[in-house]
Amino acid sequence: MEIIINGETQEVPPQISLQDLIGLLELEGNRVAVELNQEIVRREHWAEVELRDQDRLEIVHFVGGG
Amino acid sequence: MDARERERYSRQILYRHIGETGQQKLLASRVAVVGCGALGSQQASMLVRAGVGELLIVDRDYVEESNLQRQTLFDENDAAQSLPKAVAAEAHLREANSGVKVRGIVADLTAENIAEILSGIHAFVDGTDNFETRYLLNDFSVQNNVSWVYGAAVGSYGVTMTIVPGSGPCLACLFPEPPSGINTTCDTEGIINAAASAVASIQVAEILKLLLGDHNALHGKLLSLDVWENRFQAVNPGKPAEDCQACQKREFAYLSGSRAAPVTLCGRNSVQIHERKRAVDFGELEQRLKPLGEVRSNPFVFQFTIAPYQMTIFPDGRAIIQGTTNPGLARSLYARYIGA
Repeated sequence: MEIIINGETQEVPPQISLQDLIGLLELEGNRVAVELNQEIVRREHWAEVELRDQDRLEIVHFVGGG
Repeated sequence: MDARERERYSRQILYRHIGETGQQKLLASRVAVVGCGALGSQQASMLVRAGVGELLIVDRDYVEESNLQRQTLFDENDAAQSLPKAVAAEAHLREANSGVKVRGIVADLTAENIAEILSGIHAFVDGTDNFETRYLLNDFSVQNNVSWVYGAAVGSYGVTMTIVPGSGPCLACLFPEPPSGINTTCDTEGIINAAASAVASIQVAEILKLLLGDHNALHGKLLSLDVWENRFQAVNPGKPAEDCQACQKREFAYLSGSRAAPVTLCGRNSVQIHERKRAVDFGELEQRLKPLGEVRSNPFVFQFTIAPYQMTIFPDGRAIIQGTTNPGLARSLYARYIGA
């Protein structure tokens, strides 16, 4: 299925959970905030959230430089 | 406001959301810039030029050549003297606007000193270079009901969010824990000066809104941008997290000191020794260390180079040991050369 991550369409395995997607993208959980269809999803719920075709994700990186 | 101030700030007064009343509010405000690197340089310069009443700059570091590409407050002379950033910033900002009370504080912000340093501040802006200080700032903000503006930049990417206690989430709601392991920093990933400027500009606009009490104008988002990949993102941060340690449970782990900042300066091949609380006599140090290595000093820092290490000592006994990331080795170098 296709989902849209930061404005770009990506092919991902069907019924993948948000948690598994973060893993697939090789991102570390405590370095990102994730918005799914315009709603922020807290980390503790990532495993329960199953993604659907055409879902829109925005992934914001937690960076520390300054 | 006198005639000169009215002229000086005339273009800002003309702006409809500020006006003369707004300018008067700004002139009566006290703001702190915490960390004076790429972000802090821009923030401090803009806030001083905008005419805040009092600006506090807190920074633990000294100016190096590699800072000059993006840390716009500093010049070659500051780097040649290894001046503490807070000292150099204070001097340059006074030249930019003598009407603002500018105070530079050379210190590492810690659980012990944060309440004293930030007392009486109306709002503060994040220019730090590490996660631990940001969580400390977040704790302080929530506990004392003082708004602040998180901001960070690395590479061509930057993020910012405004935290207004009691209204929306705090930093720990979105990011409950600082990232573990090796973090990307400006010293490992590099940084484009424009990315830092972009974030700092948004942060300063938010601070001005906060100082004017124009909370409706705050962007209310977790904003991120990439000036190279040309991506601009605004994420709705949602409600405070129900189990947030800081703003819901009010357990201030960083403020209580149970989560202390590490001594290693990330990516810098340096260790900071900050547990010493004893004044150091630069004259005495110079006499003792001159025969052993290269010695340089000014009223603000003392630098001793004994290859492959360079030790930068501040008058309060704090030191940055460059050339190692091993805290044990750094402590023993400190004990051997500066004092046990």
